[in-house]
Amino acid sequence: MRDLANLAIETARRRGASYADVRVMDIRHRDISTKNGEVGTLAESESLGLGIRVIAGGAWGFSSTDRLTSEGVQACAAEAVAIAKASALAKRENVSLAPEKTHVDTWQNPFLKDPFRIPVETQIGLLLAADKEMRRVKGVTVAEGSMSFRRIEQLFVSSTGSSIHQVKMQSGAGIVATSFAGTEIQKRSYPNSFGGQHMLEGYELIESLDLVGNAGRIAEECVALHSAAQCPEGQQTVILGSSQLGLQIHESIGHPIELDRVLGMEANFAGMSFLTTEKLRTLKYGSDIVNVVADARLEHGPGLGTFGYDDEGVSAQCTPIITDGLFTGYLSSRETAASIGEKRSGGTVRCESWNRLPMIRMTNISIHPGTWKYDDLIADTDDAILMETNRSWSIDDKRYHFQFSTEIGWEIKGGKQGRMIKNPSYSGITTEFWNSCDAICSRDYWTLWGTPNCGKGQPQQVMGTGHGAAPARFRNIKVGVAFAK
Amino acid sequence: MAHKNAQPSRKDLESIAEKVLKFSDAEETEVDVGSSTDALTRFANNTIHQNVAEHTLGISVRAVVEGRTARATTNKTDDESLRRTVAAAMTLARNQPKNPDLLPLIGKQKYQKVSRFFSSTAGATPEDRARSVTRVCKMAHKAKQTAAGIFASGESRSVMANSRGLVAHYEQTRAEFSVTILEANSSGWTKANSPDIRKLDPEELAENAARTATISREPREIPAGRYTTILSPAAVLDLVGFLFYDFAATAVLDKRSCLTGRLGKKVFGDNITIWDDAYHPLQSGPPQDGEGVPRQRVLLVDKGVPKNLVYSRATAKKMKAKPTGHGFSLPNEYGEAPMNLVFSGGNKTTEEMIKTTERGILVTRLWYIREVDAYEKILTGMTRDGTFLIENGKIAGGVRNFRFNESVIEMLAKVDMMGIPVRAAGEESFEMVVPPMKVRDFHFSEVTKF
Repeated sequence: MRDLANLAIETARRRGASYADVRVMDIRHRDISTKNGEVGTLAESESLGLGIRVIAGGAWGFSSTDRLTSEGVQACAAEAVAIAKASALAKRENVSLAPEKTHVDTWQNPFLKDPFRIPVETQIGLLLAADKEMRRVKGVTVAEGSMSFRRIEQLFVSSTGSSIHQVKMQSGAGIVATSFAGTEIQKRSYPNSFGGQHMLEGYELIESLDLVGNAGRIAEECVALHSAAQCPEGQQTVILGSSQLGLQIHESIGHPIELDRVLGMEANFAGMSFLTTEKLRTLKYGSDIVNVVADARLEHGPGLGTFGYDDEGVSAQCTPIITDGLFTGYLSSRETAASIGEKRSGGTVRCESWNRLPMIRMTNISIHPGTWKYDDLIADTDDAILMETNRSWSIDDKRYHFQFSTEIGWEIKGGKQGRMIKNPSYSGITTEFWNSCDAICSRDYWTLWGTPNCGKGQPQQVMGTGHGAAPARFRNIKVGVAFAK
Repeated sequence: MAHKNAQPSRKDLESIAEKVLKFSDAEETEVDVGSSTDALTRFANNTIHQNVAEHTLGISVRAVVEGRTARATTNKTDDESLRRTVAAAMTLARNQPKNPDLLPLIGKQKYQKVSRFFSSTAGATPEDRARSVTRVCKMAHKAKQTAAGIFASGESRSVMANSRGLVAHYEQTRAEFSVTILEANSSGWTKANSPDIRKLDPEELAENAARTATISREPREIPAGRYTTILSPAAVLDLVGFLFYDFAATAVLDKRSCLTGRLGKKVFGDNITIWDDAYHPLQSGPPQDGEGVPRQRVLLVDKGVPKNLVYSRATAKKMKAKPTGHGFSLPNEYGEAPMNLVFSGGNKTTEEMIKTTERGILVTRLWYIREVDAYEKILTGMTRDGTFLIENGKIAGGVRNFRFNESVIEMLAKVDMMGIPVRAAGEESFEMVVPPMKVRDFHFSEVTKF
């Protein structure tokens, strides 16, 4: 494959490219799902191909192919250069890239158990055991489970001499109980909604989740939601569980700090950002206890945003995003970093597959843990709603106004957890919300969540991102508006 | 372009399918072979900033072994890889419990012809797209506006075959143009797609978006509340698109459709009639489903009453109905869904809707729509790229964007006027044939800052 990658670079050079980089990616998937005691999806897939990105005539071109012959690769590289020359027809200025050292390296995330070597009947057996536990609970109408595994082997080669080989192994699983009664559909998921928990780990992640041990509990909660009290409407203190806070970070911090959005490159689809460049190091994003980083390094944890190098050959970094409440950093690429005068890319560029152009994606956007023990936080709270596990999420195209709802809530009264609340929802304006944060739980309650389904770009690319979060408290938040009449 | 020659022919795909069937010693085997070429020119800040192309080929094999089935997929076409993929599907199939709902594969079928391949689209070059985009960017620059968007074109070809003699071919082209025109504090947007690139007029679309941006300048904040609201076809599409899976028989069987307990009852207004019609001239997609069953036209809603569901073969057997040709590729847990929704619509123009509105809101585009309540079908989302106040039958200017929380079921019971249905393109749903609508008491719950 290295020879083909070099051939693509050479072809691009000969055709007039001033810069070229190539990604050869070999991606293997296994997907399993079960529903009501039966196997649903049972599929494996593999995809091998090459994508080449070039600058020619001062403009970008990209092409990709799975015809991995000398002829196929040369045609692909030639097409990328021809496309770049067509792009130059509408050029306003030449593309400029922030410098990056040449890297020749290999990187692989550590894992204990290769999920593709675990017998598929073992994996199905685990999901069906959890399924059975959920269906033991009267009132559960649908029990579902899923597992997915990805192995991504990739070679990056650039015309400036970088050559980086990386292997990433990713695992994930989750279960869901659904109950229909009267005129209501309720749902409970574990360990998180929309596919569960996903990390850059092996099958040991799945074994650590204890899906079977939690199946009965979420099924009972799901059925109990039908008779729970409706979430009230008004202004209230809210405590968010760690997975919900992870999604809150994703939507109201992770996306607005993408520098391509800020610079208008995503204006037609994903939208722009309220974080215009004059706000860097001047905007009070959150309260003094809010500290957020974008950290792709392995020492941050095996998140879906962890890697050795990004997909334009920049090594993994930790960028302070919010420091003691102050907005201090963007997610950048070599091109966008150069355009705002930064000396180096933040190393956040990734692509979904060999046939997609690399673009700025969240790495692991995580809030630093605070100091609170969870029980102390509850005991310190007089009147609040604790909201757990996301049910719906929506935010405007500049990332100001959001509304989230969660699967379940609990009343907190006089420092104690009280009755169950159904259909909890809250809404707000991003900076007002983060400035209202007055307590974050400690490292003991901090989880690095994986969001496997973040969509961005045209053509759209789905990417995994990581979000470390611990339960946190927010004051004076609008609740219940989603169901207001 | 060198790669144009690389697009495999129908015969190339058939020969791969034949090989797979020959290599398989499973009791039954199904194979899907598909190839596509897609290119997309992306622009922002009045310049092209991304310009991409891709060429892909996929071979997906489903094996049936002792009442069990599984699927394996590859993009490698050498004999060894094809044999390995067949073996992988068989191994996966063996290592699972028996599936009591699994039916034998179907044999040869007859399909209604659809013509959705246009050489004008397949022949579009990066230069063609760049020239159109350059004209749009120049228009914007001249008007002191900023343009961002995409111009995409592509073609795909597929063959489905199985060991019982079924062979189904399909080929189509696609073209899409979408543009956002930005001013200092306002924006406008349009999007259109068609299998035939000649049906798209990028400059006209950009002019419409530019007009929206101009007349929505200096948006003022007005209070949230319930307003008579005129929704563009794109906005209608992105709302009603959330209903499509509710018409799946599996969703009703699982009691997670909003039509559970509502079939045969008057749920929507008299003026709401919805078909699923893969053969409608404004529709796209193949005339067969994921198992090769010919797609049927199905009357889903008749004058406000949900009448029929769509069925895969297995769900039809369970519910003592006939398959309608809407099944997904097996194995899957979702069953089926109507993918070609067509609303009957009305005959009013958007201008007539505005003229007859004393006070209301005109919406260009909706954004980030998510389901808040699955049974009442309450959706939340934002307006975007041109939201207007209407007063005394006229557009009174732009307003800041709203968040809405609205039940689609209730919305379709309070539609006062509809226009002629068009092939609408949005962001949350695949394309459907829907009209613009004027709706009473649409619930805008909050306002954002722009």
